[in-house]
Amino acid sequence: MSGIKDRVAIIGMGCSKFGERWDVDSADLMVEAAYEAFADAGIESKDVQAAWLGTVSSFRTGQPLAAALKLDYIPISRLENACATATDAFRNACYAVAAGIYDIVLVMGVEKLKDSGFSGLAIAEAPGSDVAPPAPPPAQFAMAATRYFHHYDIPYDEGRQTLAEIAVKNHHNGTMSPKAHFQREVSVEQVINAPMIAWPLGLYDCCGVSDGAAAAIITTPEIARSFRDDYVLVKGLGLAVGAFGMLRNDWDFVHFPESVRASQACYQEAGITDPRKELDLAMVHDCFTITELIIYEDLGFSPRGKASEDVAAGTFSLEGELPVNTDGGLKCFGHPIGASGIRMIYEVYKQIQGKAGARQLAKADLGITHNLGGRPGSFTCSVAAFGARD
Amino acid sequence: MVGIAAYGAYVPRFRLGASTTGWNAGTERSVANFDEDSVTMAVAAGLDCLRGRDRQSVDGLIFATTTPPYAEKQCAAIIAEALDLRRDIFSADVTDVLRAGTNGLKAGLDSVAAGSAKQVLVIASDSRQGAPKGDTERNSGDGAAAFLVSQEDTIASLEGFYSITDNILDNWRSAQDPFVRSWEERFATEEGLERILGEALSGYFQQHGSAAGDVAKVALYAPDGRRHGQLARGLGFSAEQIQDSLYGRLGNTGAAFSLMLLIAALEQAEPGQLLLAVSYGDGSDVVGFRTTPDIKKLAPSMGVTGYLDSKLMLDDYETYAGWRNVWITDSAARRPTPASPSAAAIWREGDRNIRLYGASCDKCGYVQYPPQRVCVDCQARDESTPIRLSDRPGTVFTYSLDYIAGTTDIPLVIVAVDFEGGGRILCMMTDRALEEVAIDMPVEMSFRKLRVVNGIHNYYWKAIPKRSTL
Repeated sequence: MSGIKDRVAIIGMGCSKFGERWDVDSADLMVEAAYEAFADAGIESKDVQAAWLGTVSSFRTGQPLAAALKLDYIPISRLENACATATDAFRNACYAVAAGIYDIVLVMGVEKLKDSGFSGLAIAEAPGSDVAPPAPPPAQFAMAATRYFHHYDIPYDEGRQTLAEIAVKNHHNGTMSPKAHFQREVSVEQVINAPMIAWPLGLYDCCGVSDGAAAAIITTPEIARSFRDDYVLVKGLGLAVGAFGMLRNDWDFVHFPESVRASQACYQEAGITDPRKELDLAMVHDCFTITELIIYEDLGFSPRGKASEDVAAGTFSLEGELPVNTDGGLKCFGHPIGASGIRMIYEVYKQIQGKAGARQLAKADLGITHNLGGRPGSFTCSVAAFGARD
Repeated sequence: MVGIAAYGAYVPRFRLGASTTGWNAGTERSVANFDEDSVTMAVAAGLDCLRGRDRQSVDGLIFATTTPPYAEKQCAAIIAEALDLRRDIFSADVTDVLRAGTNGLKAGLDSVAAGSAKQVLVIASDSRQGAPKGDTERNSGDGAAAFLVSQEDTIASLEGFYSITDNILDNWRSAQDPFVRSWEERFATEEGLERILGEALSGYFQQHGSAAGDVAKVALYAPDGRRHGQLARGLGFSAEQIQDSLYGRLGNTGAAFSLMLLIAALEQAEPGQLLLAVSYGDGSDVVGFRTTPDIKKLAPSMGVTGYLDSKLMLDDYETYAGWRNVWITDSAARRPTPASPSAAAIWREGDRNIRLYGASCDKCGYVQYPPQRVCVDCQARDESTPIRLSDRPGTVFTYSLDYIAGTTDIPLVIVAVDFEGGGRILCMMTDRALEEVAIDMPVEMSFRKLRVVNGIHNYYWKAIPKRSTL
């Protein structure tokens, strides 16, 4: 196995404004993201030879992408894999480029969630016996928080404080992201005193549900050189799918094996041995504050049970040792499910190029994205690494 | 001798009472939770009756109620599956009259006496609804009674049965009526209760050569506490012969009422005593049992007394009114309307969802729920044995409290429960006081109605705080 490292390059990216986009539909969102990516890469839509489309609930086929961009009868695959949808679409596209099948490929992620009239996620399931508890994502992840506090003997107030500090950090980063859904600071007190959504998680412990699209143009490093000097290289692509947690009495609810395995696969491919030291930034799946806390441990940033100490020390802030969710994360940039993974790649790409504006890091040569889709006990997890060219 | 080999009962955990704001009555009554109905309470009473017994030896199930969730589709079939009874059994619903409980008991006793079955489970369960704050609502209660009728090992043998059938409109409810209707109380009392019960009891004594004085306890139907006392005395019984009506604690549980009083009598009975159950509704059934020495050897059940002692008071009447759709609340969450569950999936998943079977791997012994074709621990394929989890105690591994789930029961408690002996389930918790929910709390499983969509009453199991004291 030769792996994906340094075999695929990103030469252009685009990201729509995320948020409650009452004014546009999913086709508009795709046009917004795609034409920014085309301009960034210096290509036209007719140069695209194949496309992958990630979306969870907006549509079922590749046709809407062809229709929106008037692509010329090219192959388009539509892909869905929970919250890792966009990164998995990106991953599949990378393999087609690395295999030498196509030179210029478009990856698009899009989601139009706000037309449901419902504040949470309204995703239809296949017909079934419908006996599973009506537990939306906040209730599912809150169970991990309850257990985490219990497992590590963390008093409730202390646990809530730690989670609040994660939300405060991501809100702060979001103020520097013009395309983010939410762009305002919040205080620890505001987070702690907010209405409960699913105890012990309050309103500010939950990410935004948003409309948005993000796009990437990928090619081989050889071709990339003819487009730009500051292309970004794919260093690793890990994907782990598990669905066994609830079948096991010995699964502890305080670690997500899918995150552990996907990150290990990615690190191995990318040649990363000490992520906390080697990574310059990480964009992780902070659907809820507790998720980000557990991710710190699953991805090897913090020792087990010690993530709270790193949060208190500011390790993951913009100025910290390993900045996490520099653009505000799902919490503030928003979470149009099928677009989120590419939005994360967009941030790593911009940081590596030194184009991240007010939130630009001093050093950004190696970063990862992490998506976690499903619920505790049953996840699709993707971890992808990106680096500057040598 | 044909008789009763075992009994069980069920009373919901919630009560309306003096401390309930807006109830405006000093007396207490039991109320089914929003996710309970005559079927779920019947399952609970059946579980209480069958504790520690071989369910394979039950040859028939008769379900009696005036409040079946379906007008067409058998409820006994749902109950039989939830109780994990055999497939080759006779089953029947007996409905439409307050006398349905004793109607069903007679049918069960007759079939055992005739030799067509060795053991028949008879369950009466009711959750009748009166108009808000009216007499019927105030005097009603919700509950269920179960009897294992048998040819052998009886704790009370059948002495006799006597029935009157009388076509009378004193209480009635048409299919489209939400509430029970009644005619003038004086008519109902004089021409109904007093005349019919008198006729039934004197007929019974005449036929069986006995008299009121021979009776140790009479479990007598009456529509409220005041008339219960008047009726019993008028029928010639002394105070110590009258089984406590439980008005003020339970309420009139409809088709289950006289049978629940009979259970309360059996709980205290000595060998050799004559106990009468007297039901009422378009006539009356009088059934007499003589307790046997085995009554002292019967394994304990929660029974009427055990469940009556396990209770939570409702804080306000509006909560109850919301449960009964009398008080319609706005769902601020605006959750999408659920689609109809798939009848094919419900049928296919009966073992895992209704019988609550998990699977124990034959190779490595790992217990998993729901059952898996491929073992989660050793990957053995198609090598497992079903194990019933519905009557296994469990503990809460973790939980959350969902304030936006759009349920009647806010916050919705979602729990991961670890069963004793292995197996884990993610499910809802019901019948809880918020302050008692905690990691490691002991729970038991309770059969509940999740929701009604497309006219389909979708049943499944939920965790409840442990009620059993056995």
